[in-house]
Amino acid sequence: MSKLISFGMLFITVCCLTPIAHTEEVSTDPLDSVMWKEMQRSLLGGAPVVFDDQVRVLAPGDAEDSMNVPVLVDATALGEVTRLLVFAELNPIHKVLEMEPHQSKPLIGFRIKVQQATPVRAAALTPDGQWHVGGHIVEAAGGGCTAPSLSSDNEDWASRMGEVSGRLWPGDQSTRLRMRIMHPMDTGLVSGIPAFFINRLELQDNSGDLLTRLFLFEPVSENPVITLDLPKLDAVTVRGEDNNGNPVQARVLAGLSGEEK
Amino acid sequence: MSVTQLLLFIVVMVMISPAWGAKDYGLTPKEIAPGTYVLLGQNEHFNFRNGGNIVNTGFIITEKGVIVIDTGPSRLYGEQLRTAIGKITDQPIVKVFNTHLHPDHILGNQAFEDIQIAALPSTIEGIREQGELFNDSMYRLAGAWMAGTRVVLPTQIVKPGVVEMGGHRLRLFEMDGHSHADLVILDETTGVLFAADVVFHGRTPTTPHADVAHWMQALDTVSSLKFKLLVPGHGHVVSDSLPIVQTREYLQWLIDRLSQAAETGQTMAELLQSDAPSSIANLAVFREEYQRSVVHLFPDIEAKALSRGRVEQD
Repeated sequence: MSKLISFGMLFITVCCLTPIAHTEEVSTDPLDSVMWKEMQRSLLGGAPVVFDDQVRVLAPGDAEDSMNVPVLVDATALGEVTRLLVFAELNPIHKVLEMEPHQSKPLIGFRIKVQQATPVRAAALTPDGQWHVGGHIVEAAGGGCTAPSLSSDNEDWASRMGEVSGRLWPGDQSTRLRMRIMHPMDTGLVSGIPAFFINRLELQDNSGDLLTRLFLFEPVSENPVITLDLPKLDAVTVRGEDNNGNPVQARVLAGLSGEEK
Repeated sequence: MSVTQLLLFIVVMVMISPAWGAKDYGLTPKEIAPGTYVLLGQNEHFNFRNGGNIVNTGFIITEKGVIVIDTGPSRLYGEQLRTAIGKITDQPIVKVFNTHLHPDHILGNQAFEDIQIAALPSTIEGIREQGELFNDSMYRLAGAWMAGTRVVLPTQIVKPGVVEMGGHRLRLFEMDGHSHADLVILDETTGVLFAADVVFHGRTPTTPHADVAHWMQALDTVSSLKFKLLVPGHGHVVSDSLPIVQTREYLQWLIDRLSQAAETGQTMAELLQSDAPSSIANLAVFREEYQRSVVHLFPDIEAKALSRGRVEQD
C-alpha cells in the first residue's frame, strides 16, 4: 500500500514538473503576474499576444499617492494601432481605459487609482490582428479605489462637474492636447457612494471628423487629466458623457486666455 | 513542574518576551555646545535596517531640567532616546517639543507621555488628523521597529516668542512651508539653531505637505537669524549657512522644472525621469524624493497651467 502511495506521489510530482505546452503563447510574461492568464482570457478574449518593448508604459516604481498614479502609455513605435487597452491587474476593477486612436497617435497620459501593488499593462492591437503587450509594476500602499474622492467631501463639486480646462501645444508633426475634466470618478467601492464616472469621450476636429475615441473606467483618477498627441490642428471639440448620462462638451482652442481661473 | 516543563516554560517566555532579539538604534548623543546634544539619523529613506532613524533629534540640559526636541520615528526610538538622556544627566525631562507633524519627528512621543509635549496648533491638528495614517505607513516601511507604537498627541500649544528655561533663552519661531506649521528653535544662550525640516543638509528635501513659496520665505527668515551652529532636520550639523543655500537651491530647481514642464505640455509620467545638475542629483535619496515631489506638487501646478488655456464650454 505504502509503495502504491509512493508511486502515486512520484507520478504526481513528475506531472507537475513537466511543462505544459502553450502553443498559443509566443513569449512568456516578463512581469510574471499571477493574473496575466485571466486578463488575457477576460479582456483580450484569449487572443495570442507578444510581449513587446515597443509598447511603453511609463509609471513610477512606487505609488506615492494611491489615488493619483501617473501613467503614460506610448505605442507609437508600433506604427498604426487600432485599439489600445490599459488595465491594472490587481485592482478590484481591472480595466482602466480603452482607446481607438484613429487620427491620434497611440499614446495617452492619465492618472489612475490603485488598490495595491499591481502590474499596469497596455495591450495594443495592430492592423494585422496581433496584440502587443507592455507593462510596468507599481508598488503601492494602496487603498486608492476604496478611498472616497475628494469631491465627495466637497458640497460644491456638482457645480463644476464636466468643466473642461485644457491647452493645445503645436509641434512639428502633431499637436499635443492636455485637458482636465472636473468629475469625481467614484469607483462604487466606497460604502454609500455609487459608481459615477466619465465613461466615453470623443474628440473631433473643426469639420466634425473623429480624431480619437476613449472609453474610461472607474480606476481613472478624479478630475481626469488626459494627454494626447493629435494631428496638427488649432481646435479640438470634446464630446462625452458619464455613466449617468451627464454630458461633457467643450472646445479647446490653441493659445492662451491670458487669465488664470 | 518537571525539569522539562520548566525548560520549555523558560524557552517560551524568552521567545515571547519583547526583549527577544531587541532592536537597538544605537543612539549616541553628541555634545555640540554646552549641555546641548544632537542625535544624528541616517541620510536615507525609511527602511527595515534603519528602523525609521533618518531624523535628527536633540536635547538641551538646563539647570531646571532637560528640554527634548523631537522624539523620533517609533516608541522604541523614544524609549532609547530617554535612556540615552538618562545616561548623561540626572536632571528630569521637563519639556518636549514636536517641531512639526511628520512621523519621524513625533512617533516617539509615547515614551514621554508623562511630560508636557508642546507643538504649534496646526501641528497638533495635523497629528490628530493624520497620525494614525503615518503610523500605518511607517509600519509598512520600517517593520518590526515600529512594534507597539501609537500616536500620542502633544498636550500643550506653543506660542512663538521668547521663553526662559533654566538659564537658557529660547526663541521660538512659527514658520510654515515644509509643513503647515514648522517650529524653529533658536537657543540664544548657546547660539544653536534647531531649524527642523525647514533646512535639509546633504539630503533631498521632502514635500508631502509643502507650500514651496512659503518654504522659501521661511528660509529667508532662517538665514536672517544669528546662530553659531545650525542643526538641520536631516543631515550634519554645521556652523555656516550652506544647508540653507542647498535647500533653497533644490526647491527653486524643483519648482522651475515642474512649472516649465506644465507650460510645455509634459505629462506627469514623463517628468519622473529628471536631468538635474550634479549638485542636486548628488543629494542623498534624490531620485526617490524627486519622484515623490512630482506627485505632491505637479497636479496643482499643472491645473493652473491648463486653466490658462482657451476653452469654450458648450
